[in-house]
Amino acid sequence: MAIDDDGRELGRHERFRGEYPIVVEGLVNRFGEQTVHQDLDLKVRRGEILGVVGGSGTGKSVLMRSIIGLQPPTEGSVTVFGKSMTDSDPDENIGVRNRWGVLFQGGALFSTLTVGENVQVPLKQFYPDISPALLDEIARFKTVLSGLPEAAAGKFPSELSGGMKKRAGLARALALDPELLFLDEPTAGLDPIGAAAFDRLTRELKETLGLTVFLITHDLDTLHEICDRVAVLADKKVIAVDTVPNLMQLDHPWIQEYFNGPRGRAALTAQALDELRRHMDVPIAAHAVKALDNDNKDGA
Amino acid sequence: MSGFAQYDLRHDDGGEAVLALSGPYLVSTIGAVDEELFALDGPITTVDVSGLSEIDTVGAWVACNLATRHEAEITGASERAERLIAALDGTAGEEKVAAERLPVWERVPAAMGTKVFNARSGVYGVIGFLGAIVAASGNLIRHPRRFRWLALVRQLELVGVSALPIVGLMSFLIGIVIAQQGAVQLAQFGAETLTVNLVGRITLRELGVLMTAIMVAGRSGSAFAAQLGTMRLTEEVDAMRTIGISPMEALVIPRILAAILMMPLLGFYAAGVAIVGGAVIGDLMLGIPFWSFLMRIQEVVPTYDLWVGLIKAPVFGLIVALAGCYHGMQVKGDSEQVGLRTTMAVVTGIFAVIVIDAFFAVFFTEIGWG
Repeated sequence: MAIDDDGRELGRHERFRGEYPIVVEGLVNRFGEQTVHQDLDLKVRRGEILGVVGGSGTGKSVLMRSIIGLQPPTEGSVTVFGKSMTDSDPDENIGVRNRWGVLFQGGALFSTLTVGENVQVPLKQFYPDISPALLDEIARFKTVLSGLPEAAAGKFPSELSGGMKKRAGLARALALDPELLFLDEPTAGLDPIGAAAFDRLTRELKETLGLTVFLITHDLDTLHEICDRVAVLADKKVIAVDTVPNLMQLDHPWIQEYFNGPRGRAALTAQALDELRRHMDVPIAAHAVKALDNDNKDGA
Repeated sequence: MSGFAQYDLRHDDGGEAVLALSGPYLVSTIGAVDEELFALDGPITTVDVSGLSEIDTVGAWVACNLATRHEAEITGASERAERLIAALDGTAGEEKVAAERLPVWERVPAAMGTKVFNARSGVYGVIGFLGAIVAASGNLIRHPRRFRWLALVRQLELVGVSALPIVGLMSFLIGIVIAQQGAVQLAQFGAETLTVNLVGRITLRELGVLMTAIMVAGRSGSAFAAQLGTMRLTEEVDAMRTIGISPMEALVIPRILAAILMMPLLGFYAAGVAIVGGAVIGDLMLGIPFWSFLMRIQEVVPTYDLWVGLIKAPVFGLIVALAGCYHGMQVKGDSEQVGLRTTMAVVTGIFAVIVIDAFFAVFFTEIGWG
């Protein structure tokens, strides 16, 4: 069973009320000669969307796999809901796996099952006493909650597009009403409209369901739009965890290049424009956008 | 606060029926009550959720569902419950979740019909594939510099050299079994010495090549199908085409050539090892000295037995490699197809080899190589 901050074991139906659902301390991951993480520390606050960024090969996915217990770290400790992941077997039942949902990069849907049946897999695994009728209803409404048309529930993953597969994967991740949601590059490979919609969905779900979200991304728009805090992975550790504006003040070369590079500025402009649109009734003229963009460049 | 989901249906004086839900209404607790709640008889005018200690989307869904079915009103919702209920608005539906699964008496004939119907396109596909191979071979003969020697050598190693230990062990055991079983039967006629003829002729003519072909189908035919199938799925084959490399020339021809070239060698090697196995048994059980056994082989086995084996071997190699490559290149869609096609490659490969072997047997007897 998961353990609360004051050391009390959480009941089966109780939500975690501690401050940090995920605590990573002194994490070392080594593959042969290559060290991916060295003394990495990270704490995720309850109820936040934590974005995790870093260049390719800095071990973002490895970090996620370490946290969910798929990749036993070389050294260090990982604690999820007060329960040590590093001291338990990958397949051991430690009472936290029904408290999280994981969306893998490609969706990782079971290809022989329909989307609806995919959603039912974790439900049947953990709560076999739910009646088939209710299972079907749950599968349907989770599918719709994840932004898919209802008809998708009866379709096989091979009949879905990439974006729909991600949403279906999200539906399965949400099947158990988790408190913690892991998203591995949810907007990668989506068109900008789809990506923006997915961002909105993540935010909405977080607010309605009271989720804590651990989100790996490359998408600057996602970072600006929905992340409460962003953890930057570089030099084999988390070099900073802060809000985006605060991070941009930092004097680390990689952070500077990442957030103040051309794409970073574009995302920032888009963010500012969005903010403007929210307060204005008239559409914004193109020249105004351009001026804003230039302003931004000078400022950087 | 109780740890179980509970409900209580009260009728107050005004004829109002209030259904009070209490306890945690969560995905983990709902299983205990959901069928009872579903079976509740109306009328219910109000669903009171103020007593809920915990609620999640599933609990909210059940409450909503109750309210809609009985046209009741939900009261006493906490802030969280209200938010969840609002989020669930408009998510109800009737769509089938599971894929349609037909009963057996419909499924089997339907599958049969599909098979028969697909047989024609299967035949077209195989003929088309053969044509593509012939065309690619023609191209390679005209432009020999395009031929991929490295790929061929690599496949020769995979199909031939690395198969030596397993083929050798298998043949040795087969030689032992034939010699031992043969000797037992022949002893009834006092003809144990004919064990030499039996082992020599049967391994060189039939078993050496046939068993090797089955082994190659299992080792290499399946590997061809799985490799090519995975490359189709990851779009590597398409990438090759766009770069101007013909997958037929680069992938299929080296594999088929490797199988054709290695099968006679492997078949001969298998027959040789099997004879050695027979000789070992001869030495241990029949009192025929090891070297005498091998000398007798030369006297009792006609040369054409060797040719029968060596002529069949490349044909078997061709069939096994064709089955592997054809099925590999037919993969499309999902990863399940790779497994399916790999199985089909092995099954059709072995089946075709045995059918062709039967034809060969008749043919060689007819031309006097019996």
